[in-house]
Amino acid sequence: MEEKEMARQEKKEVKRTGEETRPGPVFIPAVDILENQNEIVIVADMPGVDGQDVDIDLRDDVLTIRGAVRPVEDEKEASVYREFNWGDYFRQFTLAEVINQEKIAAKMDNGILRLTLSKKEKVKPKKIQVSVQ
Amino acid sequence: MALIRWQTGPGEFAEPGTDYDRLRQGMEWLLDRFGSPAPGFTSRVFPSINITEDKDYYYLRAELPGVKPEELDIAVVENQVSIRGERKIQAEKGEFSYHRREREAGSFRRSISLPMEIDSAKVNAELKKGILKITLPKHEKTKPRKIQITETK
Repeated sequence: MEEKEMARQEKKEVKRTGEETRPGPVFIPAVDILENQNEIVIVADMPGVDGQDVDIDLRDDVLTIRGAVRPVEDEKEASVYREFNWGDYFRQFTLAEVINQEKIAAKMDNGILRLTLSKKEKVKPKKIQVSVQ
Repeated sequence: MALIRWQTGPGEFAEPGTDYDRLRQGMEWLLDRFGSPAPGFTSRVFPSINITEDKDYYYLRAELPGVKPEELDIAVVENQVSIRGERKIQAEKGEFSYHRREREAGSFRRSISLPMEIDSAKVNAELKKGILKITLPKHEKTKPRKIQITETK
């Protein structure tokens, strides 16, 4: 396997519409979206977010992911050098599939959110027998 | 890459702190950094870092979601901190098709010079919630010392 050198990605800030109640920047997390026959999996990089500070909301076909980052630095620390800002995460998706609301699993591990959405079983096409008289 | 202190901390060495002064310092720092490319300087070295300090320590932080301690290698020599590692993304089991693939995997290495020598024996590093925090104690010999003045008659 070849080794790939990682490049730095600038954190992308969410363009705000309306006013925020929480101060500070909000970023768009990088995600992988996978799908198989039964489920859709969303994996999002959200460093600094604790499991209890993740908020997932599915309304109709819009999925919203929010992750709050608690203050990372101590108040006594003074800034020496900065390449990025700390901030919350926010991202929305429109789902094409019908999701089983009761079967949404979310796991937060080491700054990575893994969301598993189960697709609702599709109504099987009914075969209609035509009887010949 | 040389680190230039661009913002004064609270306390004794603060400039006659005006916003203008801070802006000017910021501009100088930018020019210094991007105006003349220093040898070996690349703007896209992963990971991004933040450095803060208090009286006794420097704190270096980087966002490394999913990276495990055994995949990281940190070394400190004098005032140089180097971070090497690899970020792996495990292949999914089962027949998945990808709709989006924004998360990146790969190896990385980065070297940072701090403004002061570090007591390398007491460096501490921790990974929590995908954030790496390296606590770097300032070396005793580089700390400012209070000089006792004796009065002679």
